[in-house]
Amino acid sequence: MLSRLSAGALKKAASAGTSRSSSLFNGARSASVRFASTKASAESFIASRTALVTASAVAVGSVAWYTHLYGSLPFLGEVHASHLSDEGLHPVAYPWSHKGLLDTFDHASIRRGYQVYREVCAACHSLDRIAWRNLVGVSHTADEVRAMAEEVEYTDGPNDQGEMFQRPGKLSDYMPGPYPNEEAARASNGGAMPPDLSLIIKARHGGADYLFSLLTGYIDPPAGVEIREGMNYNPYFPGGAISMPRVLFDGLVEYDDGTPATTSQMAKDVTTFLSWAAEPEHDERKKYGIKAVIIFSTLFALSVYIKRFKWGPIKNRRILYNPPDTTGKSH
Amino acid sequence: MSFASTAYNAVFRRNSVFVGSVFLGAFAFGIGFDVGVTKFYDYWNKGKQWKDIRHRYVQEE
Repeated sequence: MLSRLSAGALKKAASAGTSRSSSLFNGARSASVRFASTKASAESFIASRTALVTASAVAVGSVAWYTHLYGSLPFLGEVHASHLSDEGLHPVAYPWSHKGLLDTFDHASIRRGYQVYREVCAACHSLDRIAWRNLVGVSHTADEVRAMAEEVEYTDGPNDQGEMFQRPGKLSDYMPGPYPNEEAARASNGGAMPPDLSLIIKARHGGADYLFSLLTGYIDPPAGVEIREGMNYNPYFPGGAISMPRVLFDGLVEYDDGTPATTSQMAKDVTTFLSWAAEPEHDERKKYGIKAVIIFSTLFALSVYIKRFKWGPIKNRRILYNPPDTTGKSH
Repeated sequence: MSFASTAYNAVFRRNSVFVGSVFLGAFAFGIGFDVGVTKFYDYWNKGKQWKDIRHRYVQEE
């Protein structure tokens, strides 16, 4: 057993042992030899006062940080006088045509959705971040969009006399809003501001599912729910009371491709259109995603192979120790 | 002549030829990869993209 220890340890143990009485010699020697390398020389840091102070400071600090961040102490339950209906009903997950990892938008649906937006939603909702040119090559031809833009008058200028003038719209103009400013929008809608729809899909929990559910989810208020005059009940809207009335009814618009304009068809189309408006780069993005996954997985496989190739000899080598021939020599 | 020596004489022998073949290969791969992925993407999304429905609305002169 002692043969595995170094000569120094043996020597140390022997010198320590000689100063003690012979009855303790054996036990003392083996203990000091066994723990010679593992016993801490000084008091360990874990048991120190510094460690205690540091740990306490970290604990107090993290609790204070949590409280500052979330406004309540961690691990303590709270009681709220609220109801789930205040959060709004969670929408169903619908099988959108652009839902899959590789799926583009259904552009025929975007075109129909634009028609619904223009004929229905645009009466109250703006679409500030979409320009006419954005529709070109997505849902309409350039000639169609140019004709649509020319129907709208835009204020431009100043001209040589320093006066503003009216001109027909161009492809580079942004979609006109229904109201000149927010105050006018509120005044016309009983104090409620119809939100801009450019990014509405990204701006609402549930996204497209929420919007579709909201547009098709208008029902009579259940017993016990009071809805004020001028408000409407929609279980998907947080709080239930929404200023926007139900606007989509069967046959409201007439699609030029002959699709029956049912309520759910129009809601689906306008939701697809607004999904595109919120994410115009969507189709291109998914195509780049395919490319990136192929390239990066190939590179990853290559790097794994090269690592194994380079490490193979190192991992598989065998280290042999040939002790020098000491027979016939004295220690 | 084996494939290895053919490849050596054609590509690797001169550094200028080797670097040129790397650049040319990257260019060709870039185009080929893009064409291949686009072909698959268009097949997967048949009938949904604008290029599939454009003919319904465009007026040819």
